[in-house]
Amino acid sequence: MTENPTTETKRMNMIQALNSALDVKMGEDEDVLVFGEDVGYFGGVFRVTEGLQAKHGLTRCFDAPLTEGGIIGAAIGMGAYGLKPVPEIQFADYILPAYDQLVSEAARLRYRSNGEFSAPVTVRTPYGGGIFGGQTHSQSPEAIFAHVTGLKTVIPSNPYDAKGLLIASIECEDPVIFLEPKRLYNGPFYGRPDEELKTWANSGLATADVPVGHYEVPLGRASLVREGSEVTVLAYGTMVHVAEAGIADAGVDAELIDLRSIVPLDIDAITASVRKTGRCVILHEASRFGGFGGELSALVQERCFDYLRAPIERVAGYDMPYPHAFEWDYFPGPIRLAEAIKAAVEYR
Amino acid sequence: MTKSNLPRLELHIPEPPARPDTEVSFAHVNRGEAGAVRRPDIAEHESNMRDLPYELIRVLDDDNKAVGPWDPKLAPETLIKGLRAMVLTRTFDDRLFRAHRQGKTSFYMKSTGEEAISAAQSMALDKGDMFFPTYRAMAWLHARNYPLTTLCNQIFSNAEDPLAGKQLPILHSAREYDFYSISGNLGVRFVHAVGWAMASAYKNDTKISLAYVGDGTTAEGDFHEAMTFAAAYRAPTILCVTNNQYAISSFAGFAAPERLPFAAKALAYGFPGIKVDGNDFLAVWGATQWAAERARTNNGPTLIEFYTYRAEGHSTSDDPSAYRPKDEAKHWPLGDPIERLKDHLIALGAWDEERQAALEAELKEKVKVAVKEAEAIGTLGQSKPPIEEMFEDVFAEKDWRLKEQLRELKHRRAGDSA
Repeated sequence: MTENPTTETKRMNMIQALNSALDVKMGEDEDVLVFGEDVGYFGGVFRVTEGLQAKHGLTRCFDAPLTEGGIIGAAIGMGAYGLKPVPEIQFADYILPAYDQLVSEAARLRYRSNGEFSAPVTVRTPYGGGIFGGQTHSQSPEAIFAHVTGLKTVIPSNPYDAKGLLIASIECEDPVIFLEPKRLYNGPFYGRPDEELKTWANSGLATADVPVGHYEVPLGRASLVREGSEVTVLAYGTMVHVAEAGIADAGVDAELIDLRSIVPLDIDAITASVRKTGRCVILHEASRFGGFGGELSALVQERCFDYLRAPIERVAGYDMPYPHAFEWDYFPGPIRLAEAIKAAVEYR
Repeated sequence: MTKSNLPRLELHIPEPPARPDTEVSFAHVNRGEAGAVRRPDIAEHESNMRDLPYELIRVLDDDNKAVGPWDPKLAPETLIKGLRAMVLTRTFDDRLFRAHRQGKTSFYMKSTGEEAISAAQSMALDKGDMFFPTYRAMAWLHARNYPLTTLCNQIFSNAEDPLAGKQLPILHSAREYDFYSISGNLGVRFVHAVGWAMASAYKNDTKISLAYVGDGTTAEGDFHEAMTFAAAYRAPTILCVTNNQYAISSFAGFAAPERLPFAAKALAYGFPGIKVDGNDFLAVWGATQWAAERARTNNGPTLIEFYTYRAEGHSTSDDPSAYRPKDEAKHWPLGDPIERLKDHLIALGAWDEERQAALEAELKEKVKVAVKEAEAIGTLGQSKPPIEEMFEDVFAEKDWRLKEQLRELKHRRAGDSA
């Protein structure tokens, strides 16, 4: 066992990994502040900030009034002063009152002041479905952030990436929307609700071995989860695991790319893979129309047209508010992905 | 110029009077005296009522008598009806909370300790007045005898769910009962209530609206937008802050620093605010009646702070012993609303412990029967509304996307069963 904090690892679930990232950054840099609804004494409704107030002090990790616009607006002001605020919005579904602050202010402050001011704010927020949370605890709003130039949008799919990406996001000079797939907080989820659930600790996945100290996973670099030759599957967040299940169901030698951040987007990894396989399937949980899959599809078509041997397939949530009782009908699970993979591969 | 002799700035973070490892402290609660607060004429100008938010309007005194000008002087039968609604609410909550533990529903939220507010208001207002509730206002429906089995069907998201599986349990909608659709987003409906009231005034109607936000939600922009609109257009509405002391784990001091009464927020907008004991059925009724009369006579909006206490967790996902003393609820200085109304009825000679026990047994059985009926239809995941419902009401009429997606889903299902 080494004493070196950069190489010592611990089994962590995603909550612990995120907590560790905040703890490391707060320890290194007194300008890092954490605040939001219930995040202080209580440690957050998902426990991501547990223990941080006790360890780092009342003014480093504290509760906020219930006003998302206020939380983000205040964070922007703190960022303009020179701090590195990491506010939490309790659910991504509740971020919309802060949308004006994010879109008109955080995203443009640097541009409109010609670099005089900027908002190095990292907004953490749990997103996504699969927990019977109904229409206000389930949404995947990544596309409405990706569309806004000036905002970065990061989405981890495992504990290792979660910690490394969060540290990189806090260190990033730009505002970052850090979407945490709440369905993955405690364990991987393969999109089969009847299957026995695994925790990260008993998942057998190397991505649950997390260094206890400081490390970064750079923004804008995709991860090759599975190498394959017949088709490229693009996914992020919870859908990375669903994609693994769908690929297994389809019995096809697919290449799986976890985008990890959609802005910045690792266009080279996508292009190289699709040029190799000649086929592309895009998977996301957000509803389909106007979803981020549309942008991915357009990029692939523009850059890989001569290599494509089948139409690009998109598998996504249906075009409706998240329907509580019909969660598993809405959820684009492995069955739907396998169908799309087969359609892409069998296309002549 | 140097200012080195000034003290350094310090960031202030509010802290509650008690935590799990400390003694309960309600030293900041000023109970005032029952019956002591004056009741101005409904046409009184706002500028003459600015003292009111700082007093606590109470009717039931410590001897269980109804005293003072806010006593609505209700017949004992009416009070018994109110008591019944409150006991039913608590009984139903206890049973359905257990149903969540048994996996029969995905989510539940109790109204425990706050039953008097929506029970009294449901009875005090007229049919046709629209209520814009929060999720802790089910007593409104229970006071109007909303069918319990239907409510269970909604909570179980089963084939007979009146909202067809589209919304979370307890975030109900019941237009026929003047109960507006609830969403999980806080505060948003406060403004709708003002718009609804403006529409009623525009149409020269007689209906008024009633809306709730919690103490924490007064921080949301929606609260301030609603207050601004209500004042500007003198909307016939009753805007209420149900101050139950907590927003999940955060104490009310985050939304009202230095214990400023929430009722006092009305002063800056230019209409009256009153602070009322929310655990006093009679005070809730009396205050609501006053505000309703003001609204109906074109005297405009009223802000009512109902001072109460959330006796249980925020929801099935919450454990309050992690952030407040375990026995804090028992020490709430304004007692329990059901006990207080019961004791008042006993003091009147209109009720006794035997009848109370019989009422509780009767309602327990009634709830049990309703739950059984709903269970027979099915609980979460065992029974679902027809799949077509998933695609209905996105728009008034489905466009090609939804038609294609429904076809795809049906096709896959047919394949599954083949």
